[in-house]
Amino acid sequence: MGKDDLIGGALWEFYSKKVSERMDNPRNRGEITEAQAAGLGGKLVVADHGAEACGDAVRLYWVVDAGTNIIKAAKFKSFGCGTAIASSDMMAELCTGRTVDEASKITNLEVEKALRDTPDAPAVPPQKMHCSVMAYDVIKKAVALYKGVDLASLETETIVCECGRVSLGTVKETIRLNDLKTVEDITHYTKAGGFCKSCVAPGGHEKRRHYLVDILRETRAEMAKERMRAGAGSDDFATMTSVRKMKAVEKVLDEAVRGMLAADGGDVELVDLKDTPEGVEIYISYHGACRGCPSAGAGTLAAIEGVLKQKLSHPIKVVPV
Amino acid sequence: MFYNDAKMTRIYLDNNATTIVDPLVRQAMEPFFCEQYGNPNSLHQFGTEVHPALRTSMNRLYAGINASDKDDVIVNGCATEGNNTVLKGVWFDQIRGGTKDHIVTTSVEHPCVGNTARFLQTLGAKVTFLPVNHDGRVEADAVRDAITPRTALVSVMWANNETGILFPVREIAEVCRDAGVLFHTDAVQAIGKVKVDVAEVPVDFLTFSAHKFHGPKGAGGLFVRRGLRLPPLLHGGEQMGNKRAGTVNVANFVGMGLAMELAVSNLPYEDKEVRRLRDRLEDGLLSLKDTMVVGRRELRAPNTVFLSVRGVEGEALLWDLNKAGIAASTGSACASESLEASPIISAIGAGPELSHTGIRLSLSRFTTQDEVDETVRVFRKAVERLRAISSAY
Repeated sequence: MGKDDLIGGALWEFYSKKVSERMDNPRNRGEITEAQAAGLGGKLVVADHGAEACGDAVRLYWVVDAGTNIIKAAKFKSFGCGTAIASSDMMAELCTGRTVDEASKITNLEVEKALRDTPDAPAVPPQKMHCSVMAYDVIKKAVALYKGVDLASLETETIVCECGRVSLGTVKETIRLNDLKTVEDITHYTKAGGFCKSCVAPGGHEKRRHYLVDILRETRAEMAKERMRAGAGSDDFATMTSVRKMKAVEKVLDEAVRGMLAADGGDVELVDLKDTPEGVEIYISYHGACRGCPSAGAGTLAAIEGVLKQKLSHPIKVVPV
Repeated sequence: MFYNDAKMTRIYLDNNATTIVDPLVRQAMEPFFCEQYGNPNSLHQFGTEVHPALRTSMNRLYAGINASDKDDVIVNGCATEGNNTVLKGVWFDQIRGGTKDHIVTTSVEHPCVGNTARFLQTLGAKVTFLPVNHDGRVEADAVRDAITPRTALVSVMWANNETGILFPVREIAEVCRDAGVLFHTDAVQAIGKVKVDVAEVPVDFLTFSAHKFHGPKGAGGLFVRRGLRLPPLLHGGEQMGNKRAGTVNVANFVGMGLAMELAVSNLPYEDKEVRRLRDRLEDGLLSLKDTMVVGRRELRAPNTVFLSVRGVEGEALLWDLNKAGIAASTGSACASESLEASPIISAIGAGPELSHTGIRLSLSRFTTQDEVDETVRVFRKAVERLRAISSAY
């Protein structure tokens, strides 16, 4: 939010001249019949996408040369707003002359770029990017029809933000790498959610399979779990919980200290430990011969502290109590 | 410009969104900017010299809706403010304390009622959103059935903004009175189009906005029947008898009073001449194949027609009309917040494929027959062009 968002109704004034012109006079509007396709020496492909009930529908006609797989002619018909009509018109134009495989790589972003008046000024305002997505989806349908394959086989990744073509993988990875905490952060880093906002949260422009709020929550929960697991499984004394620190200290005392003390008839008990800004303070109490031994506060103490520091690779201070 | 009109026409048929300020209203407002600019709450002559105009304006507002002098007509910023005051006031007064917890409204209210009710849901209020029937209306029986002993308020609009369909507010008001439940009506689309008389229709609260009846934007009114408690939405100074704080917008207040008087005195013209032009427009548009108007004529405000044009998306049609200088409106713009089908279009039994084909044309007493005829001509061309592009026709 901010200054640019406070006055509403700013849609059409941000259309590029090209969008406006193609809405007024679409060049590739129309149908192609079987006979016309045969006349052009190609195979007719007719693909439909969208529905009137959803506010947007487009039909794409291709004539494809069966030998070269080159699209020799493309036309469209569209039920939709100005952006939908203009982007369908540009999409049909971009298909013409390309092979079917090349055409399958056309995205709504390419269509939008082609509709710009200058390279840096978007052709349509962000809320309207959504209406150009249709132009991408219908190409995929035409490709599937032409090749006789299932549409799903052409989908290589799960898209979260269709307007900006941002995948689920990209969103998750960006959250992880940059430790993102808000949906605004995600939009800032990936552009996802910056257009029609449908993918931000349920209840928007249209229903989605994935929402940024859910992805963020789930990814952050995963990250937290992983951190916990990392702490639990790691041998890094610094990240251990207090219980595991106690166990680790006990282990060192057993393996490297108690034997040494027992030789002189003494023993040591681990009483407590706590994290301090400098490291960890370990509280012990002496038993047997150690109790009252002058060395218990000097040489022996230094030896115990040295062993623990070395074995646990951490700043440690041992305090007899 | 694909229409190649010799001269650019500019025809305004979006009067349910806002209206032209009547030049007489502007003239009446003029002195209160640079001459009589005092604050009416000041004791000096700058303050007091505006009082006669405010009193006149107040009299016009009371007369316009036939309020008793014992009632309150609180002048505020807009109907959105009035509707918020009513819903939130009832929440504060009755629901927050736990005596009642329920509000009944409709699924086709303006967002300033619908979204306020949804906000109150987050504070614990229970809200029933009644759907409209096949006539696009909510009948009194449906309201009666929805009322429970815990119901604090019923809020039903007088006339629908999208379709112009008039709701049976008199019957609903009587149902509420019998049940001992407060009744509010948003009359924003009714003032100046049909008779609005609070002596005849026993409403407890009624709200309106000046800019819908040729008054200025930023002025509204909230009728509160005598004896009813309603905490203010805006706390502050003692303006409006402590019921709506904030320095009185004198020019707007004056403008709204005159606009109300003119709206009411023009009701016969509205009912006869605006209705005739609307019917002429409607007949002209219906002469196009595969078109349909929502709501029976006799159930609608005389200025509104909501039309579905099969195979033509509403915003695309708006675009073409706008290119020809004609302003209309669509309920479900393709970039609007939600793509859910218009509740009214589905309620009247039209298929979901028509839910994005709706276009609203709303006239005023300033609309001329030439404008209506020109609109039919342009509309016809636009529909032909867009149907030639459409994959759905």
